[in-house]
Amino acid sequence: MPTRLTNIVLSILIVFISVSLAQADIPPRPTPPRLVNDLADILTDQQENTLERKLVNFNDTTSNQIAIVIVKTLDGYDPNMFAYEIGEKWQVGQKEFNNGVVVLVKPKYGNDRGRVAIQAGYGLEPVITDALSKRIIEQEMIPEFRNNDYYRGIDKATDVLMALAAGEISADGYGKSSDATPLAALLPFLIFIIIFILIRVSNAKSRNIGGNLPFWTALWLGSSMGRSSGSWSNFSGGSSSGFGSGGGSFGGFGGGSFGGGGASGSW
Amino acid sequence: MKKSWIVIAIFVVLIVYLIARAIGFYNVMVTQGESVDKQWSDVESSYQRRADLIPNLVATVKGYASHERETLEGVINARAKATQTTINAGELTPESMANFQQAQDGLSSALSRLMVVVERYPDLKANQNFLELQSQLEGAENRINVARMKFNEAARQYNTYIKLFPKNMLANLFGFDAKPYFEAQQGAETAPKVEF
Repeated sequence: MPTRLTNIVLSILIVFISVSLAQADIPPRPTPPRLVNDLADILTDQQENTLERKLVNFNDTTSNQIAIVIVKTLDGYDPNMFAYEIGEKWQVGQKEFNNGVVVLVKPKYGNDRGRVAIQAGYGLEPVITDALSKRIIEQEMIPEFRNNDYYRGIDKATDVLMALAAGEISADGYGKSSDATPLAALLPFLIFIIIFILIRVSNAKSRNIGGNLPFWTALWLGSSMGRSSGSWSNFSGGSSSGFGSGGGSFGGFGGGSFGGGGASGSW
Repeated sequence: MKKSWIVIAIFVVLIVYLIARAIGFYNVMVTQGESVDKQWSDVESSYQRRADLIPNLVATVKGYASHERETLEGVINARAKATQTTINAGELTPESMANFQQAQDGLSSALSRLMVVVERYPDLKANQNFLELQSQLEGAENRINVARMKFNEAARQYNTYIKLFPKNMLANLFGFDAKPYFEAQQGAETAPKVEF
């Protein structure tokens, strides 16, 4: 019996250890969330901020999320799979569109080849095709990376990716399926129901059936007066602030999923 | 008289409770089984994606390396075999899975032989069409990897669910069988490297 117990404990431990080993190589999701993650420290702070602002702005206007991840080592991973794992683990992109892109760069260190990969979420696969990803890597990124200009290569690549992604999923598409709007639209209706119930209750207490009409009139009058003075407009105010986080900081990754589409290259 | 009524009432409540639990288990099994089947269709379509690239690839290579007849025919035959071997989602058994994997691994190794041959033709390697096909093939292989991983994960969840007591009794009763896994065989690790 004790051996059986230790067996169980051991197997549980092994499962835990193997899970944590498999996850250890992939960098954890950044907190606070950022789109530009320079873990190898090859960009200056200013370059990072410029890129971050560009990508956050793109996220705010089109909901497409392009995450840049620069790592020191891939730990023997295939760059495509490494980028895929990051995309899945960080959940880059919106859940309803799977419109995330992960751009992974491992700089060249001496004889250790530099590697780069682009992985596009399910929703962007039709526009950011494997062949196009490859072309972006070969024509925009690697030539600049060879000159050690990582910022320029990444900047140019994101320009192309943004142009491609914006054509597929735009802000209009996002607004349509935003779930903030129905709730805001329901709010006045809910308040109406509550008032109605209150009226019923108060009527039942006073047993005054004939008093119904004046009260309704008063309510209608009150609401139309309130509308003209502007106090009712507060109720619809919530819907517009659904997505844009305004101040330029990144709101967070959205739950997007990846299927392995993309390309990689080395130099 | 009154006591026996209480006993009967307790029994009825107990039976109703057990039936409700069983229905709950049953529905989860069906849902999880469906999600395994869905992942399986993703696996098949990702393999299909690779198979669809091959006629074009063979045609392109033929233009530059027509006398590599044997290698090219090997790829064509392996593709034919791989596209013939399909499994309906409901009929996932260890045997059919092994057949499927064998056929696909055959195609993988035929492709990797072709890629070795291609090394000898610098003109072909510089051909834009070929480069494009190569990157598409790379993407197809990645999608296969991802689809297999997701399938295994779904199958693992489902298998764990139906094998735990007391759900295993219910699973036996309604004929829910464990789903087979993709095993990382030699073919999987040496998926054709199309990167030079």
